[in-house]
Amino acid sequence: MAKISSVADLMKLQADSKAKAAAKKDKIVVNVSLATCSIASGGKVVLEAMKDEAAKQGVSNVEYMQSGCMTYCHSEPTVVVTLPGKDPVCFGKLDEKGARELVQKYLKNGEVTGTVIPVNYNRVEF
Amino acid sequence: MDSTKKQLRIATRNCGFIDPENIEDYIGVRGYEALANAITKSTPAGIIDEMKKSGLRGRGGGGFPTGTKWSFAAANQADQKYVVCNADEGDPGAFMDRAVLEGDPHSIVEAMALCGYAIGASIGVVYIRAEYPLAIKRLIMAINDARAYGVLGNNIFGSDFSFDIELKYGAGAFVCGEETALIRSMEGSRGEPYTKPPFPANAGYWGKPTIVNNVETFANIPAILLKGADWFSSIGTEKSKGTKVFALAGKITNVGLIEVPMGITLKEIIFEIGGGCPDGKQFKAVQTGGPSGGALTYKDADVPIDYDNLLAKNSMMGSGGMIVMDEDTCMVDIAKFFLDFTMDETCGKCTPCRIGSKRLWETLEKITNGTGTEADFEKMKTLAVNIKDTALCGLGQTMPNPVLSTMNTFADEYLAHVRDKKCPAGVCSNLLEFFIIADKCVGCTLCARVCPVNCISGKVKEAHVIDQAACIKCGACVEKCKFDAIVKQ
Repeated sequence: MAKISSVADLMKLQADSKAKAAAKKDKIVVNVSLATCSIASGGKVVLEAMKDEAAKQGVSNVEYMQSGCMTYCHSEPTVVVTLPGKDPVCFGKLDEKGARELVQKYLKNGEVTGTVIPVNYNRVEF
Repeated sequence: MDSTKKQLRIATRNCGFIDPENIEDYIGVRGYEALANAITKSTPAGIIDEMKKSGLRGRGGGGFPTGTKWSFAAANQADQKYVVCNADEGDPGAFMDRAVLEGDPHSIVEAMALCGYAIGASIGVVYIRAEYPLAIKRLIMAINDARAYGVLGNNIFGSDFSFDIELKYGAGAFVCGEETALIRSMEGSRGEPYTKPPFPANAGYWGKPTIVNNVETFANIPAILLKGADWFSSIGTEKSKGTKVFALAGKITNVGLIEVPMGITLKEIIFEIGGGCPDGKQFKAVQTGGPSGGALTYKDADVPIDYDNLLAKNSMMGSGGMIVMDEDTCMVDIAKFFLDFTMDETCGKCTPCRIGSKRLWETLEKITNGTGTEADFEKMKTLAVNIKDTALCGLGQTMPNPVLSTMNTFADEYLAHVRDKKCPAGVCSNLLEFFIIADKCVGCTLCARVCPVNCISGKVKEAHVIDQAACIKCGACVEKCKFDAIVKQ
């Protein structure tokens, strides 16, 4: 682990982190919302089901990550899936069955399934 | 930027996008760059100027200009100063601070260090409620990682600035969100407020100059310093800059967190973002500012929402809870609900709040159970104004707001309760009567069978009748009737 003792150290780490993120472009990125409320509504069950189903279906090029609140309380649990070369899509109201279907249809064949939540905000990005 | 989208996320910019448990994810979105720039390229006075120019105001509810507050603490000479993050989020229905702490804890760590640099403090304390175990876990992880990476601790970025953060846990008392009570609680005393002055910026934690800022306020700061005060102050209204996070809850289709520019209208929030009330019900009112705020109605739908306009409407920004109510909500009952909360949470130090809340609640109880009079209605108004004028701290001063604002906007509903002994929304059960419409009743006997007190009589295939004296107004018959033959009024 890098100890940051100057601005140059920080900028190097920033560049490394951005490069790491860019390297994910060729992968399927599955981002599961795991705030307290998302976990309570079944986020962890969804994550485990997706991992299990992906293994069963032979979908291997997947990078899983957790994040915090995605702001969509009305449709928890939510998962954002980014297929290589495509825009991220947010799926909501998932349960174990829905999570497995998501892997079978969207991760495997790019076929949209279940509840898709449209992006309804602009955001400052850095 | 897509101009058709009403939301703009600044404080919640990273929530849902980065792994909150990975400091490198945060660094990858230019995390800690604002801190690095501040320490190596700017002066404390320069940072405070930038904060003042940005127009950022406290997001905990009070709306005090953040830069000005910082300048007070910076001007004080002291051997020790403190930065405190108020994460004692206690409003019913508000959860934006938890969302930020669980989704982007490093932004709070960075902002507290920035504040420390600006005012000359070396210690930060997060006062966080113990009911937020995951937020606490992620915050501790963030602080430990920040230390390990060297962005907290001694000689940050090779400078002579040192800063570290510790946690203090709140036991879930609403009053401890008030900054003076919070400071007392942090010192190990009872969480009771004291009169200001002295303001914490002059003499706060252990009597030292202390800045107390809310989580959401802090979350804005790294973004402001990276993109500049001019950018931030270009968003919002003349006196309220930037965005506000609201927690949309209650009778609304799209329950959730939203972050919108100041100056947005209620109509845009409730109908365009929130999707209106579910099941085709009519929108009636929205309570802003939690138990300290007031109800806004459709009449206020076009008012641009900012600190000052909400105050002018007998409500307040508060921490940003928005509880939406539809036509089935009784406003007297709602006022009682909020008062019930504040009455429970009063610390008991000052008389207007301790006893006034109880008397106010009792009067509301009388009105909702049908024994209230018009004199009670008038007396309640006087009492509410007295509490507002004489209570010691923000909790007591704002506690009568739900009562005053509903009495003002929904006076007819109060009068229906006291004069006609009716609850127009059909909520207050003591004021209701259930009737069977003989023309619609087919005599299926279902209602008679579900009635728990056997007060419905009638022969099979003939219209049934409810014995009003025996009826306990439970509503079980209404739910069961398949012919809409039973009405409450």
